[in-house]
Amino acid sequence: MDFITQHAILVVSLVKIALLLFIVLTALAYLTWFERKLIAHIQSRWGPVEVGAHGLLQPLADGLKFLFKEDLTPPGADKFLYILAPFLALALGLTTIALIPFGPPDVQVLGQSVFVVANVSIGLMFVFAITSIGVYGVALAGWSSNSKYPLMGGLRSSAQMISYEVALTLSVVGVVLLANTLNFNTMIEGQRGYYLHFIPRWNIIPQIIGFLCYFTSAVAETNRVPFDLPEAETELVAGFHTEYSSFKFAMFFMAEYANMITVSSLATILFLGGWLSPFPDGWTFMKYLPAVGLALLAIYLIYDTFVLARGIAKIQLIVITIGALAIALGCFHPLVLNVIQGPFWFCTKIGAIMFFYVWMRATLPRFRYDQLMAFGWKFLLPVSLANLVITALIKVWPLLVGRG
Amino acid sequence: MSLPFLVFFVCAFIAVLGALTLIIAKEPIHSALALVLVMISLAVLYLMLGAEFIAAVQVIVYAGAIMVLFVFVIMLLNAGSEERTDWSKMAKYAGMPLGLFLLPWLGHWMYYSAIGANVANGSLATSSSVSTRDMSNMLFNQYVFPFEATSVLILIAILGALVLAKRDDQ
Repeated sequence: MDFITQHAILVVSLVKIALLLFIVLTALAYLTWFERKLIAHIQSRWGPVEVGAHGLLQPLADGLKFLFKEDLTPPGADKFLYILAPFLALALGLTTIALIPFGPPDVQVLGQSVFVVANVSIGLMFVFAITSIGVYGVALAGWSSNSKYPLMGGLRSSAQMISYEVALTLSVVGVVLLANTLNFNTMIEGQRGYYLHFIPRWNIIPQIIGFLCYFTSAVAETNRVPFDLPEAETELVAGFHTEYSSFKFAMFFMAEYANMITVSSLATILFLGGWLSPFPDGWTFMKYLPAVGLALLAIYLIYDTFVLARGIAKIQLIVITIGALAIALGCFHPLVLNVIQGPFWFCTKIGAIMFFYVWMRATLPRFRYDQLMAFGWKFLLPVSLANLVITALIKVWPLLVGRG
Repeated sequence: MSLPFLVFFVCAFIAVLGALTLIIAKEPIHSALALVLVMISLAVLYLMLGAEFIAAVQVIVYAGAIMVLFVFVIMLLNAGSEERTDWSKMAKYAGMPLGLFLLPWLGHWMYYSAIGANVANGSLATSSSVSTRDMSNMLFNQYVFPFEATSVLILIAILGALVLAKRDDQ
């Protein structure tokens, strides 16, 4: 006990890291389920339904499948780099999440904020520093496989990631100018308040151009549709991870989803008010939204269990329903209700952006490579530069006028 | 031994190891990656000295941009492994003795300088880190002329690269 109170930072941080890893890895697994299910429904299909009720155990089955597959190394591959690449990709993807504040800093245990692992004073710079090394995972995977298609895929995707990183960084500087800080929590606090008493004062309103530039380059950074050229299967088989099998492939897959979570969290923090609620403070009944939402879900699940489900799915659904009901009831407790407000809104916003990601994947065709480069350098870069210059001008305007 | 002290030695060890690998490795891509390792461990050392912004910029600019370009070019040219040649005369007769002389001299200077004293005291990591705001104030007020001169220099380099790349078009 003495040790814990003396080294509170160390102990609390380790516990937070373990919990965060558990939550994020589970979320990554279920994001694949979410994506498959959503795309299927957009395309009038069912998606995974066989494994578990609503295919809910599909991620588990996929994980087991990946574990038991044969792990191949192509002949002539650079063994060390071939193994290093997926580890690098996944480790860097998960590290950035440690800097993301999922809730207000005033919820504390042992004097340590609960919802963020590391509240760094220049958090934004650190996230960019870590994501800028992320290119190596892809580039090295392509090079070390000793195979033509992965090399082409690796080259393409490193070129793409370098190009779009410029626009990504520039589109965010406008927000930094408005916020006067690089710290995430201060940035979010700065977005508190309302226009006309009900429109939240989020950065997305003055920085709408910045947001659009950011989101476009973020999709390109994470190699997702319509910018998934590194994996263009008609041209490159599977791009940089063609030669990877078994769990190493799964690691690239997880890294991609971890990066998606990171850029969505950044978008939430920078433009969408982070863990702030979109409703005015006066609307206290809105506090019950997470609990009521869960309760509604539980009611739907009861209907599902007794009317729709057949066979073994019925038993699984009963367990899920009881769990959802218990959590929903717990959420009505005033203490819990106050604590979950921040994370609830943060995760809802991330979920909305994720929905958008998947929606785009189900809808849009892929860019051609020259179109991709031209779009990045000739359109996104000038637009985000102009956005930065205009924001800076508006910011210093009072000073210029004041000096006359 | 205090924790900052330990971190310093681990990072210093990794930096030296990376630098040695950079020279010894035969594959150019291994050398490039070893240089990345050196830069990242240097960034951690900057962080230990309380220079957060410099540390982040070190990683973003050197490890994340310049070295990615190096790796990219090595991959694009598919450079084979290096061939060992005999030492050049310059290195043999001028380089080696100079190196052997400079290394102890540098060690001596470090040991008796203020930085060396701080290392010996274990007070390497200053608790008062320089804020980004202070640094920008200094950069744009006190040192604005060198700063702008450097940017013009870099701009000239970019223009030069453009001219070289465009030459065939005419």
